[in-house]
Amino acid sequence: MADRKKKFLQGNEACVEGALYAGCMFFAGYPITPSTEVAEGLSVRLPKIGGKFIQMEDEIAGIAAALGGSLAGLKSMTATSGPGFSLKQECLGYACLAEIPLVIVNVMRGGPSTGYPTGPSQSDIMQAKWGTHGDHPAISVTPSYVQEILSETVRAFNLAERFRTPVVVLYDEILGHMREPITIPAPGDLEVIDRMRPECKSEDYLPYDEKYEVAPLAPFGAGYRFHVTGLNHKQDGFPTNDSKQIGANNLRIMSKIENHKEEIWKNDELLLDDAEVAVFTIGSTARSARFAVLEARKAGIKAGLLRPLTIWPFPEKAVRELAKRVKAIIVPELNLGQMILEVERVSGAACEVVGINRVDGEPITPMQILDVIKKYK
Amino acid sequence: MSDRYELRFSGSGGQGMILAGIIMAEAASIYGTKNAAQSQSYGPESRGGASKAEVIISDQIIDYPKATAIDCMLAMTQEACTKYHGDVKEGGILLVDSDEVKVLPEGKFRLLKYPITSAARDELGKTIVANIISLGMITELTGIVTHEAIEKAVLSRVPAAFLELNKKALQIGFERAKTLK
Repeated sequence: MADRKKKFLQGNEACVEGALYAGCMFFAGYPITPSTEVAEGLSVRLPKIGGKFIQMEDEIAGIAAALGGSLAGLKSMTATSGPGFSLKQECLGYACLAEIPLVIVNVMRGGPSTGYPTGPSQSDIMQAKWGTHGDHPAISVTPSYVQEILSETVRAFNLAERFRTPVVVLYDEILGHMREPITIPAPGDLEVIDRMRPECKSEDYLPYDEKYEVAPLAPFGAGYRFHVTGLNHKQDGFPTNDSKQIGANNLRIMSKIENHKEEIWKNDELLLDDAEVAVFTIGSTARSARFAVLEARKAGIKAGLLRPLTIWPFPEKAVRELAKRVKAIIVPELNLGQMILEVERVSGAACEVVGINRVDGEPITPMQILDVIKKYK
Repeated sequence: MSDRYELRFSGSGGQGMILAGIIMAEAASIYGTKNAAQSQSYGPESRGGASKAEVIISDQIIDYPKATAIDCMLAMTQEACTKYHGDVKEGGILLVDSDEVKVLPEGKFRLLKYPITSAARDELGKTIVANIISLGMITELTGIVTHEAIEKAVLSRVPAAFLELNKKALQIGFERAKTLK
């Protein structure tokens, strides 16, 4: 029988388990509440399996070193929270254009600035998409349960390796610090994807080979010599001023994600078939929403829940279809209205869109959501 | 909401309230057959300040991990008692450490007083195990987990050199709670 241990773990500890399950062998970062336990856990575990952990002098160096680890061929990760996520934005953009696989965990706390370190927030949703400058692809996964932090961290590594792009694991302080019983999956239970490696001779290798939608990536130090830059580049990685090449490259880094949205999207639906009012939310707020929806059903209100586990790319298809069927979509979020902008954009005038917002460091309660659902009885 | 059993452990940072919450949740979910979720709130300081841990125990999926209507709350300090007792539900239990909590709150809950810190100091010579005595008391008072489950959970979380001390603390908790029933 496969070995599946039941453990009582904190969300951040489950993130460590997920990273190790996915084959992460390099972590570089700078500890910050409420994400510190991710770094702490990996600092203990990685050296035991021949992996590397390094605490850098700041958050910028943390992500930069993690990018280096990835280019050297190791699955790499960094973890942070709001203020640190701000600092990492330049390197995040670098990873998008240089097409370097990387997992960035952002355990959201209250902002702006140093804000409220020990309180939950969901105010980095837009930053996960638009934090770095320029048009760029973005993938963010949004777990709601400790078990899901493990499985979504594995999925984040898979997406990063599959698409040669940075992937953000986005959850909030409540999930990072709360504990639940979880089952550690046995090898083979979850899919693990490794990046494509070149099979050609080193002199024929092109790190941005246009023959591929996502080109194979050679590990530095294995005999393949190539150039990596944040400047727009040719197939061989060296900078270019050729407008045709610049345009094509910019479009390709977007389309490699855009063309595969269906396989990146992941939604959890609850009681949506006959729903007249739907709640759309992520993370710990989705737990309050599930509670509220089940209470509403007991009171005879046809409520349902759409919970995306991929917030970027935005689940346009699911929201558009939902908007045609319901009277209203309620969007609770621990910020002053970020996801709601996307829900409004996608749903158009098809249904009413109502926000519930909170920025006092306390969670949105099931009762707050239930009170709004009741208006659509 | 009737399928949720809610507990809150509150005191001052460093008193082991979060550890008490973790142990209770493990007793229910790892050494028992129920589901449990534990959450916490604390300030930026590592010692002092009001600290609380909450545990929800249920036979079903636990959505909202925070307390809504508390079945049993422990208050180890006056500040925590004053700040956090408001969510104890009608008929619920509020257990206070009478060494510390002098201003007793009023409400439609069952208020139980016991000098927990002095019991730890006088009988075991270590105030640090006051949280384990409390766990014994709460187990006895609520019956939400078995004696066996809480003992396994306590022993799996404490350093090997202190197993006997913690076993004794738990026993003291079981016994003293009987006098309050």
